Amino acid sequence: MGLTNKGLGQGAGRYHPGDPTGKSPEELKQEQEKRAERVRKGMESGPKSGSKLYIDNTFDPVTYDPQYILMVNALKKYFAIKGGMMSQTVGYVKAVDGVTFNLKRGTTMGLVGESGCGKTTTGRAILRLSGEKTGGQVLFNGQEVYDISNKDMRALRTKMQIIFQDPFSSLSPRLPVGEIIGEAVREHNLVPKAEFNDYIDQVMDNCGLQPFHKDRYPHEFSGGQRQRICIARALALNPEFVVCDEPVSALDVSIQAQIINLLRDLQEKFKLTYLFISHDLSVVEHISDAVGVMYLGNMVEYGDTADIFKNPLHPYTKALFSAIPIPDPNAKMNRIVLEGSIPSPANPPSGCKFHTRCANCMAKCKTEAPVQKEIEPGHYVVCHLYDN
Amino acid sequence: MAKKHPEGYLSARESRRISKENRRITAQFEKKRKRKKVPESEYLTQMHDSANAVEFDNLHTYFFTDAGTVKSVDGVTFDVPLGKTVGVVGESGCGKSVTSLSLMQLLQRPQGQVVEGEIRLNLGDGKAYDIAKTPNETMQSLRGNFISMIFQEPMTSLNPVFRIGDQLDEVIELHDGEGKSKEDIKRRTIELLEMVGIANSEGVYSMYPHELSGGMRQRVVIAMALACNPKIIIADEPTTALDVTIQAQVLDLLRGLKDKINSSIMFITHDLGVIAEMADYVVVMYAGRVVEKGTAQDIFTNPAHPYTIGLMASKPVVGKQVDKLYSIPGKVPNPVNMPNYCYFKDRCEMQCADCAGQYPKEVSISDTHKVSCYRYYEKNRKGGEA
Repeated sequence: MGLTNKGLGQGAGRYHPGDPTGKSPEELKQEQEKRAERVRKGMESGPKSGSKLYIDNTFDPVTYDPQYILMVNALKKYFAIKGGMMSQTVGYVKAVDGVTFNLKRGTTMGLVGESGCGKTTTGRAILRLSGEKTGGQVLFNGQEVYDISNKDMRALRTKMQIIFQDPFSSLSPRLPVGEIIGEAVREHNLVPKAEFNDYIDQVMDNCGLQPFHKDRYPHEFSGGQRQRICIARALALNPEFVVCDEPVSALDVSIQAQIINLLRDLQEKFKLTYLFISHDLSVVEHISDAVGVMYLGNMVEYGDTADIFKNPLHPYTKALFSAIPIPDPNAKMNRIVLEGSIPSPANPPSGCKFHTRCANCMAKCKTEAPVQKEIEPGHYVVCHLYDN
Repeated sequence: MAKKHPEGYLSARESRRISKENRRITAQFEKKRKRKKVPESEYLTQMHDSANAVEFDNLHTYFFTDAGTVKSVDGVTFDVPLGKTVGVVGESGCGKSVTSLSLMQLLQRPQGQVVEGEIRLNLGDGKAYDIAKTPNETMQSLRGNFISMIFQEPMTSLNPVFRIGDQLDEVIELHDGEGKSKEDIKRRTIELLEMVGIANSEGVYSMYPHELSGGMRQRVVIAMALACNPKIIIADEPTTALDVTIQAQVLDLLRGLKDKINSSIMFITHDLGVIAEMADYVVVMYAGRVVEKGTAQDIFTNPAHPYTIGLMASKPVVGKQVDKLYSIPGKVPNPVNMPNYCYFKDRCEMQCADCAGQYPKEVSISDTHKVSCYRYYEKNRKGGEA
């Protein structure tokens, strides 16, 4: 087992005085070369299709369309599972498994799904925050994000920012608020030193913070105020694109409304583009122009908010929407309750990943993975129900 | 020049004085509580209405902290009728959880104390206990058997080092285990697991909490709460940590179980959608007080208190597009230093002249619908004269 195709054979290049097999040095050399050749061939072919380690990395490249600030094409992000004695890769957690969407300049796209479906990983992979991608394309303003040198990436980071979910753990407790917001501005030399203080005041004012908050520390603020600090930190760099990763999930209802309104005002003022990740569908409907529904690393449905909410096509989207509690005791409920929970992304079901929980499951769904189809203009769905 | 201190600053001397005073007050409460052999007559009371499972009557629960006394629950009055679901809704810090913990007597003592008021628990046959005065030994027999609680975080309310079965067995053994053999108890546990919709109940019996998903864990916690057929179940944000699809499963389960075992549920949440779905009666709390209460119909079709109205307007609803969400201005007042007028006045956009006066008393709008707001005084008075 040990010597199959892992590394060069143990004996390679080593001098064997008095070889017990009784072979001449020439014969041994030939054998070594043959072995090296076998290993090389093995490496080139890599894991076979059908093996657990096989990564299918074929996709049709997209060309840049200037109306879109962000084009994501068949993006894949796998995390290796290490196991065994030598910490070999024994499998992959397919967190993001072929996500495709385009984001128009100045609009908001909502990303919804259950926890563990890969929403956050998609957001982070777009910003190149979780190492190398596994496959696909991320074009930001026509530029492949993963082809840029580290130095240029630093400069690009001012254009793409992120607001994290938990305002309690994403702010350093040791830095005063002015420093939290201003650190990156100074680092990137965005404003001259003389104007620095005024600039920070301006940014804080835009986000509803007072100038005297500058010398305070994060623990002196409430949850809503902290989220304002996070937003101010992201906006201080004058970005074009902001990933909002569940920015209101940790907040109370009345504070939620303040933050959502703030995000909308800032979008109008600075022509921002948002990728809004949330599991709260009512918030997503309120803030987004387009919505993508994710399930187990795939985007199962994607289209304009109005289309998706009026006419959900995918069985998962339908179930998800029917599960939203409506604050009206007279509301009629025809709830589709999904049985069981989301399968493991390390070992996803074959065919359509949703078939284990789907009410409309057909024989085809178990074996054949569906492809993305455009049902209405701009409304895409990945489901066998719409094959014809 | 005197040094300018930020808001909420306490000098060391002041803080020492407060903590000394606190120790004096809490020692009195603790002394009373630690007496042995309290006669039953001391905490035996009468229900005002025998159709209620629990009556909270002018409950005051304070926390004596070193920064001052926090009046977490400041005069809360409402009833939980038998076999009904009462939803308690409010923002974080409004005293929802402290109200329920007072009922369970699980407050963080000695800082947290019920200082005034009664919590009457209906034991059936015309007998009732005042929980605020009930000694610990008696409480032990009430918890689990009469009242039980489902907590928010299923992962933190289960012990990670014991198997699910052992944890459930323990509950039954402690509260309901007299004359039962190990096998009987195990049978009951398996039965409970099946009741909450766990298919592989034998398997789950010997699993550890980390092997289960969030929804499954919450089912186990619900099974634990139901183990001894309690009369009242307190569900403290049971679905907040769950996904919408799983939340739908758990809500379905709770609704079904309520009919099956015929107990009352006190459902605490900040999600108005969940309340509308689950509750028969709704209690809206703000800063330690009940601002509005009534049937779910009353509250959702005809919200009266400005806070309730604001809360409803600030939540986006699927299918109802608005340009801008309403947001309640300002923030909750400092709990150490509450104003002596209506607590919501500083954030209220519907003030009237009376609002500067004392905290408003409760007014009835209809038989079931009550609200604490001066705006309805006016109306009532006019109605009375006409």
